[in-house]
Amino acid sequence: MENTRVFVGLGSCGIAAGAQDIYDYMEPELKAGNMDLEVTSCVGMCYAEPIVEIEYEGDRRRYGYVNKKFADELLESIKTGIFPDKNLIALSDDGKKYLDRQVKIVLKNCGVINPESIDEYLEADGYKALEKCVKEYKPEEVVSIVKESGLKGRGGAGFPTGLKWSFLAAAKGDYKYLVCNADEGDPGAFMDRSVLEGDPHKVIEGMLIAAYATGAKEGVIYCRAEYPLAIKRLNIAIKAGEEKNFIGDNILGSDFSFHLHVKEGAGAFVCGEETALMASIEGKRGMPRLRPPFPANSGIKKSPTNINNVETYGNVPFIILNGAESFNKYSFKNSYGTKVFALAGKIKRGGLIEVPMGLTIREIVTEIGGGTSTGRPVKAVQMGGPAGGCIPERLFDTPIDYDSINETGAIMGSGGMVVMDDSTCMVDVARYFLSFTQNESCGKCTFCRIGTKRMLEILTRITDGKGEMEDLDKLEELAGHISKTSLCGLGQLAPNPVLTTIKYFREEYEAHIKDRKCPAGVCKSLITIQIIPDVCTGCTLCARVCPVGAISGEKKQIHEIDPETCTRCGLCIETCNFNAIEVV
Amino acid sequence: MACRDCSDAVLEEAQDIVNKVGSEPEKVIPLLQEIQNRHSYLPDDIVEAVADVIKVPAADVYGVATFYSQFRFTPMGEHLIRVCKGTACHVSGADLLTSAICDELNVEEGGTTEDMLFSLETVACLGCCSLAPVVMIDNKVYGKLTSGKVRKIIKGYKDGKH
Repeated sequence: MENTRVFVGLGSCGIAAGAQDIYDYMEPELKAGNMDLEVTSCVGMCYAEPIVEIEYEGDRRRYGYVNKKFADELLESIKTGIFPDKNLIALSDDGKKYLDRQVKIVLKNCGVINPESIDEYLEADGYKALEKCVKEYKPEEVVSIVKESGLKGRGGAGFPTGLKWSFLAAAKGDYKYLVCNADEGDPGAFMDRSVLEGDPHKVIEGMLIAAYATGAKEGVIYCRAEYPLAIKRLNIAIKAGEEKNFIGDNILGSDFSFHLHVKEGAGAFVCGEETALMASIEGKRGMPRLRPPFPANSGIKKSPTNINNVETYGNVPFIILNGAESFNKYSFKNSYGTKVFALAGKIKRGGLIEVPMGLTIREIVTEIGGGTSTGRPVKAVQMGGPAGGCIPERLFDTPIDYDSINETGAIMGSGGMVVMDDSTCMVDVARYFLSFTQNESCGKCTFCRIGTKRMLEILTRITDGKGEMEDLDKLEELAGHISKTSLCGLGQLAPNPVLTTIKYFREEYEAHIKDRKCPAGVCKSLITIQIIPDVCTGCTLCARVCPVGAISGEKKQIHEIDPETCTRCGLCIETCNFNAIEVV
Repeated sequence: MACRDCSDAVLEEAQDIVNKVGSEPEKVIPLLQEIQNRHSYLPDDIVEAVADVIKVPAADVYGVATFYSQFRFTPMGEHLIRVCKGTACHVSGADLLTSAICDELNVEEGGTTEDMLFSLETVACLGCCSLAPVVMIDNKVYGKLTSGKVRKIIKGYKDGKH
């Protein structure tokens, strides 16, 4: 019993699912029994949170769906040595389907080690890649290895990482900066958050290797303020790294020095763009500027600067430690290695996954994700966030690689993958993304500032049932102008969600315009909510929750909704215990 | 001087904030974050006094403050409710949650209740997409919500149970 260790997955989403409560609940009894209760982070199986792992006589068992009652059962098992067979999420059929196709390079330690302990990272071969670089390789050799690996920027644009590093290495200037872009702003994406919360040292080690290879002196991790736990764990990791001389002056006894700190963002999506991000680091409004000059020549405070994404840095230690071949053996067309995706939306098994390039969207959605959570047919998957697009089910055999995804009109993006079923209205989704980009446009470029506003107005008109067929042409025309005349990716790619939905779901737009109907039953102006008389039991629940008093009816009598007063908020549908309210 | 009307107490606090954070021009965002940490919003007099201390025009400081969505210019309620409007939450009914909260608190998006107990904001994405739809109250995240559940949670805050 003394050698028993209990791990609770305390990532942000695990905590939201109740993992902290479970931790607090189990703590007194475990402490009393002199057993280790430890913190790990997200293991990626978000659908089964809260997750508790028990290491007992050398065997490690991973239990999901842990509530207080089940926690009691687990505490009892530790005493008896007889463990329950249920909820063993890694061994269940569901769990195997979820895990079998995955290859974990970036996520290897996430949910396995304690992210707040540098010793655990060291035990998992941590900082060995850095040591290898400093002791065995010249900086240019490190750049060559990364070039050879074929690693491309994982933030979305897919620029070859080794090439980017070689620009900084060749740039003139004594003081060079290295930036880690952790301003993960795509709605529907949480890869970087999970990596930073689960394995901050790996990202830091990747940055240190990049600094060694390029001659950078100072590093900045620019992290969203909405990720307080990631910021906290990064700061703990940096402090521990400094104490062990992995960060600071004369690292590992060499003449290589590098200082690192975290900079909190203040909530501006456009700061994910590299020139805007640098402006924000300098304390200015985060507005993009024209390139060239590229950051490698003139970045922060006009000094040479290199910017990579969290996941990009997270791949580097593996590549150095195992060689370029061990990474680029996972290849498909021009893409190498693995990609982390945040699988969310109406998916049965949602979570964080890492898959080799070349797997198809269908394999991810149906095999790994298990199809829709609602049991309804899957309609599309949204990839790449507001800059990406909706890929319809008929193209689900598209493989995951940068080029193939681009051909569909979507983009690989940072890795958000939101699954939609037939109850999702594609016009509404397009409107949703456009309202996002319109709101986040920094306002510098006219077409991005005003063009997206006009597009949003047209889309709102369509979802309000006041659209005309010419509106579709206007949308496409505006889209073309916005893409061509915007300075940065936000504007250039903003029309993507609209263009892909028009391309693949034109019939839905036409239904809104010609028939004044929303086939998915989402757009409020085009639907009526009514009570099915045969099913209504007259329980009065709906009438009590209706915020506008549109529902009338006596107790045990069939109720009625007044369509004039009804605001189509849907509260009654959600509340009804008998499924007696429908959308038509 | 921009803040010639500032009281001594305000100037003293501004100096204290600058001493803690630093006075370089690139510290403008951390300085504003520190002001907001202390006051829950950016009071005019302190922002102007800080601008004075670091010798940056107040207009420039406001330019930065109004650019970033994190900064508020009116006092915040005791509890901050942030409804996630990320993609996953949007397709899982975030709008329903918002209308339920607005109704429960009789407050608009971006507003604060009269009793100063709650402020309601929406946020682009909290990154807890697998638990959609999600609401964050202060620093606690609540997932897989329905409008019924969120009303119950808010009632709990009203009764001081959290």
